Amino acid sequence: MSTAKFKGKILPFVFLSPTLFILVVFLYYPVIQTFVLSTYRVAFLGLRKKFVGLENFVDLAQDPNYWHTIWVTVLIAAVVVVGGLGISLAIAMLANQKIRGASIYRVLLIWPFALSPAVAGVIFLFMFSPGYGTVNYLTSLVTGSELNWLGKPSLAITLIIMASIWRNLGYNVVFYLAGLQNLNTEVLEAASIDGANAWQRFWKVTFALLSPMTFFLLITNITYSFFDLFGMIDIVTKGGPLDATNVMIYNLYRDGFEYYKTGLAAAQSVILFALVVGLTIIQFRTSGQKVYYGG
Amino acid sequence: MSRHTRNQILTHLGLIIISLLVMAPVLFALSKSTQTRAQVFHYPPTLGFGTAMIDNYRVAWNDFNLGLYMYNSLIIAAIVMIFKTIFSMFAGLGLVYFDFPLKNVVFYFILFTLMMPTEIMIIALFNLVSDLGWGNNYAALTVPFLASATGVFLFRQHFSSIPGELADAARVDGAGPVRFLWSVLVPMSRNTIGAMALIQFIYMWNMYIWPLVVIRENARQVVQVGLRQMTAQQDVTNWGVVMAGAILAMLPPLLIFIVLHEQFTKGFALGQEK
Repeated sequence: MSTAKFKGKILPFVFLSPTLFILVVFLYYPVIQTFVLSTYRVAFLGLRKKFVGLENFVDLAQDPNYWHTIWVTVLIAAVVVVGGLGISLAIAMLANQKIRGASIYRVLLIWPFALSPAVAGVIFLFMFSPGYGTVNYLTSLVTGSELNWLGKPSLAITLIIMASIWRNLGYNVVFYLAGLQNLNTEVLEAASIDGANAWQRFWKVTFALLSPMTFFLLITNITYSFFDLFGMIDIVTKGGPLDATNVMIYNLYRDGFEYYKTGLAAAQSVILFALVVGLTIIQFRTSGQKVYYGG
Repeated sequence: MSRHTRNQILTHLGLIIISLLVMAPVLFALSKSTQTRAQVFHYPPTLGFGTAMIDNYRVAWNDFNLGLYMYNSLIIAAIVMIFKTIFSMFAGLGLVYFDFPLKNVVFYFILFTLMMPTEIMIIALFNLVSDLGWGNNYAALTVPFLASATGVFLFRQHFSSIPGELADAARVDGAGPVRFLWSVLVPMSRNTIGAMALIQFIYMWNMYIWPLVVIRENARQVVQVGLRQMTAQQDVTNWGVVMAGAILAMLPPLLIFIVLHEQFTKGFALGQEK
């Protein structure tokens, strides 16, 4: 980057100061405080604090319920990410065909990402409600009896996963469409001339060329299912039934703000932070260069 | 019929079916938002237009305070959208058009915050904001969100792609960096600014866990937590009213989306791939 520069040693910091100030005070400081808090046991709404070292982490590691929480989080994230990206890519490829009205279809396919997970949750909660929910009625016609979507663990997880995929579909389709439109069609034509069939062309050319986009979406979708689903879970299942949808962020919220186990909740924050850092490093290692700095 | 035409028709058919499936939950909510309690509980369920549309929306807006909550959400979303865009542009200007020691360190310092979503530090942030005495006011919902790595990153990337001769020309003409930003960079950054505004508005409008824990007084509560109250407060939930609430809550971000979706695609999605 050899862009011509303006002169001044102080001036750039003047321009950067609002951003740096906010990031230091409201991001770096609280993150550091979270690490500090995770080594304390806090009682009586913060009035008594006792240093306990790594005891909070040891407690979590020995708590089978917490391991269950991790398992549920990973399970939901895996299905939401793999299922969501697969469906989105299929839709994007269909919408990328040269047909009349293509731009209208694009808008019709991507708008749900403007909806909040909470709104998606409220609507799905009602659709699947026993007794009067429309989808529940339809499934009862097929299965012969009402399915208890909110009472049975496997069904509740399915409900959350379906609502999550629906809500994030538009976001993924936008990025896959953008990727497909930027694709070098000459490579596809060359593959076609070389005798590659449609299936080979998809896997060996299209999918391979889209891999930086897939990696980018992988990370954003994992973050989505780790954190943004909080609103949906809070409205639809409240972590239940039998903790079936009690994901890490929901467990953290309850420990921190309902049971006031501040130190324990902070320790869970540190674990989540480690997961996010790990994922980001993987992203940078594998695709970061192409996604962020290429071109 | 040629094979080409048949393929076209099949593609249209596929896209129409998928579009309808994507739309189905919202159409369902729209229909139910007009039905009375009796119509909602009718078995088997009906999906027609009910007779309680005005009543349902009025109850959601007034009795469940959604009007007030939407006003609050609109204010905080607008404040963050405007100031975060300006601050991110300033930071991009500082990073691209100036040379200073440790520039890369500063950039990575900003980039590193990508790994710090509000949720992972929510306890400490709650303590900090309470200590500042901001519980229950707009400052708690806006100030911590006025800067982001995403914004700085978008503008830095976009500014880097603008030919450097432009800055040279501006300097020869005697324009300072602020003039240059306003009269050269801003007009050339329409897509990036549009994408940024859309992302930030939706992010703030959809905020849930942070207002839930930090706002204790209903007068300052936001729309998503308002929806939560609607489902939680009633003994036998009046679903017609709740669906009216859901429809109301999705309108502002959808409007912004319809206005800015092209900028979003060009300024953000394509930018990621470049």
